Amino acid sequence: MPAPSPTLPARAIGGFTAEAFAAHLESQAGAPAWWLERKRAAYATFAALPLPARTDERWRFSTVQGIDLGSCVPATGAAPLPAVLPVKAAASLVFVNNRLVSRSAPSAELESRGVVVTTISEALRRHEPLLKAHFMAQAQRLGSEKFASLHIAFLADGAFIHIPRGVELSEPILVTHAVSGADAAIFPHTLVVADENSRAAVVDSFVSIPGTGADSRQLAVGANDLYAGHGSRLAYAAVQDWSRETLSLQLNASIARRDARIQSLNIHLGGRQSRHESLSELQAPGAYSEMLALTVASGTQEFDQRTHQMHQAPNTKSDLLYKNALLDSSRTIFSGLIVVDPDAQKTDAYQSNRNLVLSENAEANSLPGLEIQANDVRCTHGATTTRIDPEQEFYLLSRGIPRAAAHKLLVTAFFEEVLARLEDAALHDAILGLIRTKLDGAALA
Amino acid sequence: MANIETIANEPAPGSAVSGIDQSAGNFRYEEKHDFDAGTGLTERTVDYISAVKKEAPWIKDFRLAALKTFLARPLPTHWATRDLENINFDKIRYYLSNGQKPKRTWDEVPDDIKRTFERLGIPEQERKFLAGVEAQFDSEAAYSNIKEAVSKQGVIFVNSTEGLREHPEIFRKWFGKVIPTGDNKFSALNSAVFSGGSFIYVPPGVKVSHPLQAYFRINAENFGQFERTLIIADEGSEVTYMEGCTAPKFSTTTLHSAVVELVALKGAKIQYITVQNWSSNVFNLVTKRGLAHEEAEIKWIDCNIGSRLTMKYPGVVLKGRKARGEVVSIALANDGQHQDTGAKMIHAADETTSNIIAKSISVGQGRSTYRGVVHIPRHLKGCRNNTECDALLINTNSRTDTYPAITVRGSANSVQHEASVSKVSDEQIFYMRQRGLTEAQAMSLSVNGFINDLTRQFPMEYSVELKRLIDLEMEGSVG
Repeated sequence: MPAPSPTLPARAIGGFTAEAFAAHLESQAGAPAWWLERKRAAYATFAALPLPARTDERWRFSTVQGIDLGSCVPATGAAPLPAVLPVKAAASLVFVNNRLVSRSAPSAELESRGVVVTTISEALRRHEPLLKAHFMAQAQRLGSEKFASLHIAFLADGAFIHIPRGVELSEPILVTHAVSGADAAIFPHTLVVADENSRAAVVDSFVSIPGTGADSRQLAVGANDLYAGHGSRLAYAAVQDWSRETLSLQLNASIARRDARIQSLNIHLGGRQSRHESLSELQAPGAYSEMLALTVASGTQEFDQRTHQMHQAPNTKSDLLYKNALLDSSRTIFSGLIVVDPDAQKTDAYQSNRNLVLSENAEANSLPGLEIQANDVRCTHGATTTRIDPEQEFYLLSRGIPRAAAHKLLVTAFFEEVLARLEDAALHDAILGLIRTKLDGAALA
Repeated sequence: MANIETIANEPAPGSAVSGIDQSAGNFRYEEKHDFDAGTGLTERTVDYISAVKKEAPWIKDFRLAALKTFLARPLPTHWATRDLENINFDKIRYYLSNGQKPKRTWDEVPDDIKRTFERLGIPEQERKFLAGVEAQFDSEAAYSNIKEAVSKQGVIFVNSTEGLREHPEIFRKWFGKVIPTGDNKFSALNSAVFSGGSFIYVPPGVKVSHPLQAYFRINAENFGQFERTLIIADEGSEVTYMEGCTAPKFSTTTLHSAVVELVALKGAKIQYITVQNWSSNVFNLVTKRGLAHEEAEIKWIDCNIGSRLTMKYPGVVLKGRKARGEVVSIALANDGQHQDTGAKMIHAADETTSNIIAKSISVGQGRSTYRGVVHIPRHLKGCRNNTECDALLINTNSRTDTYPAITVRGSANSVQHEASVSKVSDEQIFYMRQRGLTEAQAMSLSVNGFINDLTRQFPMEYSVELKRLIDLEMEGSVG
């Protein structure tokens, strides 16, 4: 446990003081001792670590002065129910301000086969070994040790999903995390364990509940743990649509075992400044990880995406495609790294970042990296930053389509390459709808 | 290739040319240093260097300011390899001159230096060609004979001391301007203790008929070399400069930290070719950058085969409209070597274009790294960059890394970056073995094929030498 540093400025602690933490621990009374111990250790780490600095290579190009805990405190209090994605779900959970407010349980048939869709607080009582084994099991590698610790320390509740061996779900499980109120901080968490040969899809939706004043600052420090056992297929999608004054830090981690297949799609729409870190471990032969992301950046938004594709066993495959559309004075950062361990022969890894810049003042940063220590591999990456193809634009204009509409068409076409990989048609349409709404609100052309 | 077995048993070949006894690379001559600043670096060292060189006060002030910067800067290990921490700055000899004045004719060149050329395997005809070569013996120019035709064209081709002393009106204006002292810790070090190197000025409209060459050698144990090169190509002129390095093998580490500045004024073209083959105990930490004015073109051709650690990212600042920058980079990392190379392209005017092609080969436990920066700031239009990085891994434990950083602002520019990592195709090797080649020959041919499109851009004698060096490096890697 690092010793608390007395020299840290107040902004490195913000509203997450020792008193606030003590109050939080009190609310967790009755939880197992290991859980509380982990929280205490995490708080000590959080309090000892400084905020990211400009000289930290893992935060290169980030606007680090925007990473400010400010006056946010753990969110409490009731709020109206948030809007949920129009998707037919096998089960759903809705969290507002770190507490479960609504749920629909899986069908009796699924429950009888052992499918669990519940909260972390309940899992602490009924599924303790599984939770202990998988909760925040991966070490942070991308620079957010401080925020991962903050998340663990103040986590009040979250989603816990367990798909037993051989069970296949035909509809996704929908989890909504909402925040409400000024200076409110939430710590959304979704943990999914897919056992051998199971098949499931999980959707996270992140929203701010309007009505608390447009300028209210909010903080979201979220994380997820995805575990795909032997031969399982796990599809995960996250739609981030926080308010425009939210600072969002989201830490995703996935593990794919032998012949498992994980698809993860992150849609970034909201937030003032959003940092998204994604760790994908391919632990056994035949594992496959598909990492996808779409970003619509407008106004002065900043989206900072960092990824790690870790090939730890032979014959594994990963495929990453991150697409950003940049409007106004927005900024995006993509920093990816493919890591091939010395014994991970026959690795097939791909990493691609495509930036479509639609404004004179937008800025796209791309750091596509490789670290390869095995020779019999196929690893490629590509990064492009371009404008709208003038020929395509001309074609649409010559057919009488107004410029703004033409641009909107071309941006959605740009995204379709990623969206087409979604299996659930309703989810595809719901996400496309949100993207269109955001493009409508922005000044295209 | 009948002697493959014997060569393969040699320790990692650091510097030699194919067809020559390997041990020939392990030579060194008696040190006769009339001027020796001792080891370690203090203000006294700088005073001493400046006094020996009879420098103007402004140069001494420049050196002293640079020394302060060097001492204040931390090592860049937050992104670079920690191997840098193994440099013991106190054990390095920062200046040494054998008191020779730059020579003008072949006859005046001391016999032991001629022998050095001989050991390098430079053929008789090429030695004649060396008439246009400046050979570096330790840090002073040992031999310099510019072809008469070149000097008749008005070209100034001198070493750094002479350049700053005899032609301050030309060189002072750009000296330290392309690469400021504080650019990085090692450019500051060079600015404090530089000696040797080439200062070249090409007058307007002059197309230099011969490539200018310089060979560098390090020949004293624990001796670091700190060349300073500044090439100014005036409006509409063209010049090609070639720099090749070989070094004798030493038991302790040696530091080489050069600074090379190029200035291409309007419409000028500069091509700078390097073949780096230091022995595998040398730290080679070099800063190279060019400034391209309107419609000017700067091309770096950079080939790194030797050294223990090379960190070198030739860059071009595209300052004028329609300027063009290009980096062609080949790196070969064998056991115990880390080639950390790449390119920087800083676009600072409309319609500027840049192109980076980097190919690396990692053999045995060698590690090659591509690190690049492409920067296109706000309000520029019509800028384009193309970057291609390909890595070839020969053995199962070879390593390669790619760390590009690309920043683009605005919608009127276009950038693309691609990289791939692969191994030599089994099918190719099988095909060649079936035709009667040994595995080593097949591997060598395949690797040469991988970089063939780049080596073709080298001048003839360099591409031949390069091919031989690669043959030699590949021989120990199979079986």
